[in-house]
Amino acid sequence: MPNKKIYLDYAATTPVDKEVLGEMLPYFSEKFGNAMSIHSFGQEALQAVDSARGKIADFFGCAPTEIVFTSGATESNNLTVKGVLKSYYSKAENRGKKPHIITSEFEHHCILDSCKAVEKDGLADVSYIKPGKDGVVKVSEIAKAIRPNTVLISIMYVNNEIGTVQPIGKIAKLVKKTNKNKMENEFKTVFHTDATQAVNYFDCDVERLGVDLLSMSAHKVYGPKGIGMLYVRKGTAIRKIQDGGDQEYKMRAGTHNVTGIVGFGKAIEILKKNMPDNTKKIQDLRDYLIGKVLGEIPNARLNGSKIRRSPNNANFSFRDIEGEGLLLSLDMEGIACSTGSACSSGALSPSHVLLSIGLKAEQAHGSLRMTLGKYTTKNEIDLAVKKLKIVAERLRKISGSVLADYYSKK
Amino acid sequence: MQYSKKVLEHFTRPHNQGLIKNASGVGMVGNPVCGDLMKIYIKVKKDKQRGEVINKISFETLGCASAIATSSMITDLAKDKTLEEAMKITRQDVADALEGLPPIKMHCSNLADEALHEAIKDYQNKRK
Repeated sequence: MPNKKIYLDYAATTPVDKEVLGEMLPYFSEKFGNAMSIHSFGQEALQAVDSARGKIADFFGCAPTEIVFTSGATESNNLTVKGVLKSYYSKAENRGKKPHIITSEFEHHCILDSCKAVEKDGLADVSYIKPGKDGVVKVSEIAKAIRPNTVLISIMYVNNEIGTVQPIGKIAKLVKKTNKNKMENEFKTVFHTDATQAVNYFDCDVERLGVDLLSMSAHKVYGPKGIGMLYVRKGTAIRKIQDGGDQEYKMRAGTHNVTGIVGFGKAIEILKKNMPDNTKKIQDLRDYLIGKVLGEIPNARLNGSKIRRSPNNANFSFRDIEGEGLLLSLDMEGIACSTGSACSSGALSPSHVLLSIGLKAEQAHGSLRMTLGKYTTKNEIDLAVKKLKIVAERLRKISGSVLADYYSKK
Repeated sequence: MQYSKKVLEHFTRPHNQGLIKNASGVGMVGNPVCGDLMKIYIKVKKDKQRGEVINKISFETLGCASAIATSSMITDLAKDKTLEEAMKITRQDVADALEGLPPIKMHCSNLADEALHEAIKDYQNKRK
């Protein structure tokens, strides 16, 4: 990082890699064509889009025609939930028969709110699976929830707050088994994963994973914001939800974000090259961070499984401390993190993720997420923990024994 | 979340923080679900001319920056006030003295007036 501030919020977003930016720049003012135009300007842009699409398809082990560029994972997830339902209702025999969706309680809001929206509109019933206390969804829980009319199962690959890894491969096998028993003309269950937080560190080969749909955003992998994709396995029952041009194999109307797509492609290319080295380095630093925080700060706990966890994620709760104050104090010291406290987001209740794995409200309010990236150094971790200790001590002095007093009076 | 300079000042260097042993009255409000818990301690002294006066006041707060800042501010506002005067301090007074609070914080983290009033009632109940 260019300045002395310490950025430990890589799960929120990442800086655009300089190489990525370099690749993008010519496509703003020089090679500015619309990829749908047939003249040379358009063809130049189309070539860049195709080349990026090829790199991305190569990374995910799919055909270039199975990559649908979107504005990011939020759009991809909306397209998934609403597009699969649209496909379902497009068949005359399904009209008036409400289908069923399975997801987990701790998905990102873009999946949860899409599900709630279609529920409210009376388009589907939704089962929200509660994850285990370790932050991992059990395959057996999903098996129990499957109904004959389950049209979509959407489970995230890596949770964005606690970094826990979900058994996507096993769920895919379960879905395949279920679909095998269906009649030929029956609507098959579509399996989707939101892989936004997984792409940096985990195998995302769609054949090995066995998913039908996969979402992600480029800005989490050192690419630009405003571009992402939905992988759509050939033959998957999904329809477009946005009308307009014929872009993206008629799955997503709207002029191509050429600069974004070019940057996205470059980011994926760099990611693929450096993945093993970066993963090892970041995991070592993360383990060092967890060891230091739990060892040096009393009454701290790690939220979510330590083993089944993304290499870059640490999520703690500190007793007698509230997260927004903690975040603000750390920011004043130049350290950027994130919290599940309601107070930081303007919401009324704390993180739905932390509550879903059984934390008490005050533990969720007192949480701190520190996420590392490829530019994180040991020196930064040392400094961050040093400051965290001072800040935690100060806030604990202010809160005194109010929490214990509250419970002793109850 | 945009906080005023005054809020950040009181958050980073709160006034009258800590507990008072043998306090005349203690008031606690809030709950862990909403995230803010506040406790106000007062020591009351009898003044010949003015009657009962808050001689000493302090707070302990588990909560966000605005919860800590409002706690700190109310101790400043209530110090050396008569009980009657202190009962009249409102959450708007606290917010105004802090040069404003973000709208969302006005109700969820601006509980210091209630804690103060609880402490005064606690003192009055003990004397009954």
